[in-house]
Amino acid sequence: MSHLLELKGVRKTFGENLVLNDISLNFAQGSATVIIGASGSGKSTLMRCINLLEELSDGQILLEGSDISAYGINLDSVRGKIGSVFQAFNLFPHLTVLENITLAPRLVQGKSKEDATLQAISLLKRFGLEDKADAYPNLLSGGQQQRVAILRAIATEPKVLLLDEVTSALDPVLIAEVLSLIAELKADGITMIISTHEMGFAKRIADSVVFLSGGVVCESGSPQEIFDSPKSPELRTFLAALHDAGRL
Amino acid sequence: MTYTPSTLQQQREDAKRRASRRSTAIALLSTLIFGALLTAIVVNAQGFTAVRESFFNWHYAQKAFPRIFDGILLNLRVLFIAEFFVLIFGLALAIARTTTSPVLYPLRLVATIYTDIFRGMPLLLVLFLVGLGIPGLRLSYVPNSAVFLGTVALVLTYSAYVAEVIRAGIEGVNPTQRQAARALGLSHTQTLRHVVLPQAFRNVTPPLLNDLVSLQKDSGLISVLGAVDAIRAAGIETAQSFNFTPYVVAGGLFVLLTIPLTRYTDWLIRRQDRAQKAQGVF
Ligand SMILES: Nc1ncnc2c1ncn2[C@@H]1O[C@H](COP(=O)(O)OP(=O)(O)OP(=O)(O)O)[C@@H](O)[C@H]1O
Ligand SMILES: [Mg+2]
Repeated sequence: MSHLLELKGVRKTFGENLVLNDISLNFAQGSATVIIGASGSGKSTLMRCINLLEELSDGQILLEGSDISAYGINLDSVRGKIGSVFQAFNLFPHLTVLENITLAPRLVQGKSKEDATLQAISLLKRFGLEDKADAYPNLLSGGQQQRVAILRAIATEPKVLLLDEVTSALDPVLIAEVLSLIAELKADGITMIISTHEMGFAKRIADSVVFLSGGVVCESGSPQEIFDSPKSPELRTFLAALHDAGRL
Repeated sequence: MTYTPSTLQQQREDAKRRASRRSTAIALLSTLIFGALLTAIVVNAQGFTAVRESFFNWHYAQKAFPRIFDGILLNLRVLFIAEFFVLIFGLALAIARTTTSPVLYPLRLVATIYTDIFRGMPLLLVLFLVGLGIPGLRLSYVPNSAVFLGTVALVLTYSAYVAEVIRAGIEGVNPTQRQAARALGLSHTQTLRHVVLPQAFRNVTPPLLNDLVSLQKDSGLISVLGAVDAIRAAGIETAQSFNFTPYVVAGGLFVLLTIPLTRYTDWLIRRQDRAQKAQGVF
């Protein structure tokens, strides 16, 4: 199977600080990859490198075989193919829910207002948010905001969806709302890269799990391999700490 | 859903109403006393009759009014044209100053020098420099009318003020908003136009309106170049009658002009405060 997205020897430094060191990973079409790791291990940085919000210090990123990290590439057109959702929902406060979702389809893909609106409404309907279409983000609950942010990210039908700790700012009930939406998208066959601290969810949704530690891929494999038979001492320590904290 | 408030709540409401009635009464009373005192002091001043005669003479007010009214219409025209260009240039300067690309450094530098100079220079001086200096150059294609040159001077100065206000607005937009827009694939320009600027303007509407109120009032300064605006018209009337009432009439008209805008600004600030409280932002 050819890979939709490939990272080859990706490095990222902030000044002296080597945050990602020689990361090579493959992401298959339609797969869900969960990235776990302690705080500061570089999960967010990896995501931000993939959607080109950070410039690589070394290595390559290939999307459908073409190098999107090449110098001089049109960043805007690449970013349009990669959907990103952040921990802080970052909805546009001056736009309604509907306008938030239709903005990129209209501006980036050149869709007509009618088409973009129809598509957005059907997305909102599917996920039970149609009555919020004309609301401004500040009037929504956190879970609703995050779900809208995810719909906004998939409205342009990206090839890959990056979800960076999208539930960290939410309480348990709202987390469940968001996770069930993600599970539905996974069933749709959207390729996803997810960083999360929700290990139960990671086990359920992941096709493969990547454990980052100190900026390197310490261990990767199926959820069973990672959670049930961890090999590296780092992963064992990490899982033990989660276990003690009651999060596993 | 309706319900009957408990006696406890009713007592609380009663107490609130009593307290509010009491403070209204106190405010009314103190205003009356203060007004009476002030009137007494002014009326009993030695020169009161003379001042009333030369500043508040009904006869001269009526006589001067038509001319001053024509003058204020000129102020209004100048104001609208100046406002239009001030917003455009101010916005351009603000955008220039908030660019980050190293290629645009010269642009940033020029914009910075411009705002520094025109924010620091007294408007009166700019008026003289433009109003007297430009005609001195004898450029055949530049109109020499006082109104035109006065408007140019206003635009030059106020663009610098407004640019700073808009720049503060742009810088006040959370960088994550820009990032979210870029992550969606919006270009720099699209991000600025659809995400950053709308939020920036919303944040700075009150200070922006304040600047426009000042501009409204300062449009009267073009009279120093000889444009026959309300103040100049009042001056002409005064020169004929040696009575200062026309100036008071012109002043009153300026105040009347600015009141709607200042009240609107107040209202807007209050509304924004409320909206922010609803968001839990302090
Ligand atoms: N813009 C930046 N400038 C300098 N250092 C940075 C920057 N962004 C991240 N870092 C550093 O890179 C390291 C990895 O950060 P990152 O945010 O990727 O971790 P993370 O795995 O997402 O952590 P968390 O689970 O807390 O979100 C940290 O040590 C952080 O201090
Ligand atoms: Mg992170």
